[in-house]
Amino acid sequence: MSQYIDVSYDTKIPNNVGLSSDRRVLKALEKWHPGYLDWWKGSGPDGFLEDLVYLRTAVSVDPKGWAKFGYVKMPEYRWGILLAPQVEGRVIPCGEHYGEPAWQEVPGEYRAMLRRLIVIQGDTEPASVEQQRFLGKTAPSLYDMRNLFQVNVEEGRHLWAMVYLLQKYFGRDGREEADELLRRQSGSVDKPRMLGAFNEETPDWLSFFMFTYFTDRDGKMQLEALAQSGFDPLSRSCRFMLTEEAHHMFVGETGVGRTIQRTCEAMNEAGISDPTDIDRIRALGVIDLPTIQKKLNLHYTLSLDLFGSEVSTNAANAFNAGIKGRYQEHKIDDDHRLLDATYPVSEFTDGKIVIKDAPALTAINMRLRDDYTRDAAGGVKRWNTIIRKAGIEFELKLPHEGFHRQIGTYAGAPITPEGEVISAGEWAARRDEWLPSKADGDFIASLMVQVREPGEYAGWIAPPRMGIDGKPGDFEYVKLHDA
Amino acid sequence: MIRQHLIDPEICIRCHACEEACPRDAITHNDDNVVVDASICDGTGDCLGPCPTGAIDNWRMVSEPYTLEAQFEWMELPEETAPESEPEPEPAPAPDPDAPRPREVAPASAARPVVGLYPPSRPIEAVVQGNYRLTAAGADTDIRHIVLGFEGADFPFLEGQSVGINPPGTNDKGRPHVARRYTISCPRDGERPGAGNISLTIRRIPGGICSNYMCDLARGDRVKLHGPYGKTFLMPDDSAARLIMICTGTGAAPFRAFTMRHQRVMGDLTGRLHLFFGARSPEALPYHGPLQKVPESFLAKHFAFSRIPGQPKRHVQDALSEAAEKLAPMLHDANTYIYLCGLRAMEPGVEEALGEVAARAGLDWPALRARMLAQGRYHVDTY
Repeated sequence: MSQYIDVSYDTKIPNNVGLSSDRRVLKALEKWHPGYLDWWKGSGPDGFLEDLVYLRTAVSVDPKGWAKFGYVKMPEYRWGILLAPQVEGRVIPCGEHYGEPAWQEVPGEYRAMLRRLIVIQGDTEPASVEQQRFLGKTAPSLYDMRNLFQVNVEEGRHLWAMVYLLQKYFGRDGREEADELLRRQSGSVDKPRMLGAFNEETPDWLSFFMFTYFTDRDGKMQLEALAQSGFDPLSRSCRFMLTEEAHHMFVGETGVGRTIQRTCEAMNEAGISDPTDIDRIRALGVIDLPTIQKKLNLHYTLSLDLFGSEVSTNAANAFNAGIKGRYQEHKIDDDHRLLDATYPVSEFTDGKIVIKDAPALTAINMRLRDDYTRDAAGGVKRWNTIIRKAGIEFELKLPHEGFHRQIGTYAGAPITPEGEVISAGEWAARRDEWLPSKADGDFIASLMVQVREPGEYAGWIAPPRMGIDGKPGDFEYVKLHDA
Repeated sequence: MIRQHLIDPEICIRCHACEEACPRDAITHNDDNVVVDASICDGTGDCLGPCPTGAIDNWRMVSEPYTLEAQFEWMELPEETAPESEPEPEPAPAPDPDAPRPREVAPASAARPVVGLYPPSRPIEAVVQGNYRLTAAGADTDIRHIVLGFEGADFPFLEGQSVGINPPGTNDKGRPHVARRYTISCPRDGERPGAGNISLTIRRIPGGICSNYMCDLARGDRVKLHGPYGKTFLMPDDSAARLIMICTGTGAAPFRAFTMRHQRVMGDLTGRLHLFFGARSPEALPYHGPLQKVPESFLAKHFAFSRIPGQPKRHVQDALSEAAEKLAPMLHDANTYIYLCGLRAMEPGVEEALGEVAARAGLDWPALRARMLAQGRYHVDTY
């Protein structure tokens, strides 16, 4: 077992997949490596190549000691290829091959489908690093700056994980796809990233927190579904990535929570009890709760689009092939083939929202999205607890699934956050009530200033309750070389 | 009383990473909380590392464990009803009213220690892999290097932490013998890297129940131990740190661990480690031979021997005073850490010597010491 757990450092690329004895893949990856570093320098965090950042580096896949913390310059981060240990006798958990031994090699008939899934997953990883490229310059504290960079280097490692699978199992096609992953650019006109939400800007830190809460949570659900794959190397890769992904959820949930906390504190200090008294609240240098709701509406709905169409034959095929399972497939009590099962699916027809039973097999996306919504609702509940504890009457809500959608049955439908169908004209007129306007964005941008003193925080956000790795409040998470 | 493992619902983000990591499936959740089932959890600690928030690392001494239903309802952790009882086995020295000691804190960059994973009620069993006499055959002290293996079980610890041992049997009142604590003398990855073992450095005390029990162990014997203990006497995880390590006798144990850890992960550094080590004679100084092999540039060694015939008595504080010129500039460095470990009797002399060094650096020692204590840069473990 130990050879799977311990990480080998005898190649330039730390790994637990025996790279040193796999010359072909090692060579391919070593050839890819310089391009990756160029990409990191040109598209990764802008202006922080020389700074020492207190980062977590995965050094093992043994849960007890899987990571170590230490000061690292980001370009020298040890991006490695780590797969969770192989489970003896693992079987394909779903679809028509249910119960057969999991594949250790790519099954020929599903090669194209698998490659596409891996490429889509891989494409999101560098995309978010690109989207967050300039945020370091407005970090509200060294603590937050460090968390941003931690998320960034781990997204980088996740790209490595997917590139390894492409290089190892997909020959020439895989090599080309791996190169393409470095060529596409978030927001580029010529060569954009593959999914919509990953071409949106992340203009400010509240967006970053909302992104890590809502969009990275889509990533988590996709990884959960791929961790159920019958293609064992993909499953093992994704299982280990989930360990790191938890930190990204944490950054999002606590980031939004701390923003809310500070707003509530400032309101109470100033004796403002009406959360809609926006001008007076903004004058305190904090972000009013209704604007936070708008940001939530935006990022939640962009993230819902990432699940694709509610009814999808692609998703059905992937499930049936045993290549992508459902969230926590192994804990679901059914036949895992979905031969006769149905699942309620919403549909927007003739200006009305109706719920219909669809074959569960084609409703895989809808089901994963429902699981996502349940997962996402938990944090919103905890944010509301902060508001309630501060004695302020306001409740954040997840908007209706039909609101502000570009993909699936609701695409373009004029539906309010409450789920009411209105006219397209009215929707357009009221857009700024529900989604951040340019003025909202300008206001938030005006608060974004870099805070460089250890233990100090920008005025719009509360300090965290606990440090990273148990560190005290004034710990210098980033040693800025020009400080 | 049992030590119940709980998750802080105010800090937990419900990522369920702990749930995936638990080999016993002791962790479960409902729509609100992630909770630990006290009837299943055996404290293996696999869940601690994956937790991104630290919410996982909460423990309460309870007579009746909190049920899952109760934990599902929590909005926050309940107040602690009983103090955490870590055994304090060493007879506590009478507090010196003139020298109130502020609470020590760990170095800021130190890794987070796991504490009390194996409580006295549920110790871990180890097998003796070796028991070697460190002092010369003719020396009047018998100090042992004892290597214990865990046979694949996990015993996560950090350099500077200690273990507790209850010698078997009962005292003349029919009660079990009190526990003794010994500092681990090897780095966190084991006496041999990755071998899952630890070493202890133990002096045989005439008439001592536990020390004689330990020093008499033979290869293959089995020993129960609990721990690990200690949250503050830890080494900084920072290549910029300088360590001044001051000890007598078996007080060298943590410093052997610190030095070996540096050798294993920062072996190319020079000028960071300074050891001041007092004993009666070279023959009575544990690890005297191996220490000679460590290059002076990696570990500057200052020995002081108090019983060499025909030579004046020299104590560890004398070695400090002699090195004052070299040490003084280090006291200005915010990366300097001072550690004292050994007999309590050395403290006043060492304090005085450090006072001299500080004066030479133009610093007020009591003020500097207070500052270093608060910053986790001054640590004392004396007995």
